[in-house]
Amino acid sequence: MSDSQVQVLAETAEAHEHVHPPYQRHHFETYAQQNDATNFAMWLFLLTEIMFFGGLFTAYLIFRNWYYPAFVSGSHQLNIPLGGLNTLLLITSSFTMAMGVWCAELRKKGALVLCLTLTFVLGMGFLMVKTFEYKEKIEKHHVPGFHYSLQSFLAPETDEAAMAAHDKPLPVDMARHTEVYFSLYFAMTGMHALHMIIGVSILAFMIVRAQAGAYTTGHVTYVENFGLYWHFVDIVWIFLFPLLYLISRH
Amino acid sequence: MTENPEIPIDHESPEIHEREHHIVSPRIYVIILLALLVGTAITVWASYVDLGEWHAAPGLVIFWNPILALAIACTKATLVVLFFMHVKYGTKLTKLTIGAGVFTFLILVGMTLADYFTRAWGRW
Repeated sequence: MSDSQVQVLAETAEAHEHVHPPYQRHHFETYAQQNDATNFAMWLFLLTEIMFFGGLFTAYLIFRNWYYPAFVSGSHQLNIPLGGLNTLLLITSSFTMAMGVWCAELRKKGALVLCLTLTFVLGMGFLMVKTFEYKEKIEKHHVPGFHYSLQSFLAPETDEAAMAAHDKPLPVDMARHTEVYFSLYFAMTGMHALHMIIGVSILAFMIVRAQAGAYTTGHVTYVENFGLYWHFVDIVWIFLFPLLYLISRH
Repeated sequence: MTENPEIPIDHESPEIHEREHHIVSPRIYVIILLALLVGTAITVWASYVDLGEWHAAPGLVIFWNPILALAIACTKATLVVLFFMHVKYGTKLTKLTIGAGVFTFLILVGMTLADYFTRAWGRW
């Protein structure tokens, strides 16, 4: 290699250092390209998540079709005001998250920390309401397993929620299938809650990092892609709420 | 270096950043939030009203309540994807990826449900 070539290489390296922001990986030509590539990867991940939840939703629809009276009585045990409250909390948290991405893009550090904290608080609120709902199910022995009780479905007159929905007593073989409803209820809301727990954990980490100014340097990819994850979890709940709580109510 | 040396790209400057990466205004986020809240209210309200059923064919009954609930949920999800998740302003690659993914998803779920829901047809 001649001296002039070495010189050119050295200059290129210098220009490289100069033009690229420090957070741009050297194998990307521009930061926009890096951002697009990361975004694409995040969407691929979310599509696998859609397929995963889609399997649960399909199982739910098939069993609902088979054991319709059991699924109707089962869903009457859910608390619509609490489910509605959770929907409000989650939709609002999606809004604060979207605002967080906007703050990161405009490099407003204080506002970003505020938005992330609000999202965290709303997410924790959702989980608290969910805990309260699960506690009620445990108390009424509606958790599938050895302690599962058919009382609310065989003798609806002894159950407040069943009374409110004017449930008729189910035959024993159909009442047994309410356990399938609650299995799917816990599988679907449990998987959703697990995603929420992972989400709020990452949010806690991000709040600390945001306070240190990590996301207000122009490098918004992390906040943006976490936002995609959070909105996805919101979308899953948008479908869970009507399917589990609402469609057997009329 | 593929960048044109005549035009130095300054990634630190907000104007340039905006040109290469669309920033959605908070006004749109507020509108979407309100639309989502209204959608939630309608879906809760509609669930208490019996919208009836349609006997489309012997053995095939269409219940309107779940269909309306799912239609509202799909609308809400579309709003979230387009605006909160910035897909409306995204690259063609992102749009194509999501479109292909949703299409595959609908094939898988649709075919499975069509199978299970029609197995007993004509058996009574």
